[in-house]
Amino acid sequence: MSLLTPELGLLFWMLLSFLIVFGVLAKFGFPVITGMVDKRRDRIEEGLLAAKEATERLQGVQQEAEKMLAEAQKKQSEIVADAMADSRRIIEGARQKAEAEATARVEAALSQIEIEKQKALGELRREVAMLSLDVAEKVLREKMKDSTAQAGYIERLIAEAEDNSPKTNA
Amino acid sequence: MRHTLLLWAALAIGVLSGWSMPTVEPTDNVTTEESPAEQEEAKLDVVGLIFEHIGDSYSWHIATIGDHHIEIPLLCIVRSQEGQWYAFSSAKVAHGHSHKGFFINHEGEQWKGKLVARNTEGELYRPLDLSITKNAAGVMFNSLVVIIIILGVAGWYRRRNYDINAIPKGFVGAVEMLITSIEDDVIRPSVGKDYKRYSPYLLTAFFFIFVSNLLGLVPIFPGGANVTGNIAVTLVLALSTMFAVNVFGNKEYWKEILWPDVPVWMKVPIPLMPVIELFGIISKPFALTIRLFANIMAGHTVLIALTCLVFITVNMGATMNGVMTVFSVLLSVFMLVLEVLVAYIQAYVFTMLSAVFIGLSRKEHHAAHKK
Repeated sequence: MSLLTPELGLLFWMLLSFLIVFGVLAKFGFPVITGMVDKRRDRIEEGLLAAKEATERLQGVQQEAEKMLAEAQKKQSEIVADAMADSRRIIEGARQKAEAEATARVEAALSQIEIEKQKALGELRREVAMLSLDVAEKVLREKMKDSTAQAGYIERLIAEAEDNSPKTNA
Repeated sequence: MRHTLLLWAALAIGVLSGWSMPTVEPTDNVTTEESPAEQEEAKLDVVGLIFEHIGDSYSWHIATIGDHHIEIPLLCIVRSQEGQWYAFSSAKVAHGHSHKGFFINHEGEQWKGKLVARNTEGELYRPLDLSITKNAAGVMFNSLVVIIIILGVAGWYRRRNYDINAIPKGFVGAVEMLITSIEDDVIRPSVGKDYKRYSPYLLTAFFFIFVSNLLGLVPIFPGGANVTGNIAVTLVLALSTMFAVNVFGNKEYWKEILWPDVPVWMKVPIPLMPVIELFGIISKPFALTIRLFANIMAGHTVLIALTCLVFITVNMGATMNGVMTVFSVLLSVFMLVLEVLVAYIQAYVFTMLSAVFIGLSRKEHHAAHKK
């Protein structure tokens, strides 16, 4: 059957044609097309990747912002708490200081008063003494106007002194 | 070959006016009633017609109108036994003519329809024949079409300075899509990691087969040549794959052929498995050759046979002939559509099997890792 026996001439021309087609297309045809397709595919993949990255970055930024916000709030509340504590401390300090000062002042005033009182008391005593001396002098002078009274009085004093001395000696 | 136009004209007529055929019938009846001998002559030699079409010829027959043949003479290149090269137009050896001792043999089974010559002893011999036959011319034309299509697509990018933002549309886009689908769905998964090295060959094979298959379905010149339904053409394609498989096969591939992982008694003393594996080297391209050749040839055969239905049934009367004409046209249209599908499938299958065979010759040594 001639159908099943390959003809040499056709084999030759087929081989030649196919080699030429292959040579031309392998050099100028298919690599160009597949290269462009691959390039485009890479580009699309890159674009998708970039978009994904951007989304991720955006999410990161949002998270960062949230974190920063939270931190700021935390710091704010800390500052407020600190300030409140400070103010409380300051007020407390001021109060204590004022109290201490007041106390000191009261004490100083009290001691001054005491001193003044003592002084006044001393003066008063001296005054009273002087007064009583004066009174006594006057009384004595009144009483001792007559010499008998004086003598009687001296007598009595001596008697008293005599009474007192053995007792003290004993 | 002389009936080609007649066949396709009938097809066209059938499509346009399937029922007009009976009007021709009475004249046919007259001729058939004349004499039994003439009746025999008028009968259509369907088998001869089919073999004429799917075979090869020295000239490209386009149509026969009456007794006038319209055909394109092709170049005959032969070398005589004396070592002398001759080149002449096929018109010089047409219709039984002889040129410089060369003539087309019409007698006997041997070298029937081939250029032959007689040597000094008067014995018939077959010269070395490198004639550009119809199929060779078809191969060249198809090659040209493939080159124009692919370089046209490649040139589309070049004209745009390889601008990555240029997106091809229309025909260029379709070809690009076809290339991408073959490379991504067939070549890459079958060949493996260094598929880029083989994809130009596999794509060339795919487009050559696909374009040839499609052009083979076009009934008028320059289509219609039964290129991929010729065993010489498919043999060259299959041998190219065999070459790619065996020349670039790696150590693992040859090890699996010559020393496969089977019990030792299957390799020594009788190399049973190596022989089977070596046979596989030949059977793979053989299968590729026969599959493509047989599919396309069968398709052409069925198409012609269906078209011949019109002429076979001429003697069966007007009604029968009319019915069969419509039937023939409908079936022919169906078969043509089917053949378009087959054209793609066979190109796809050839490319896929080639890719798989190449992939097998490039596989990594994974069997050892499993153990």
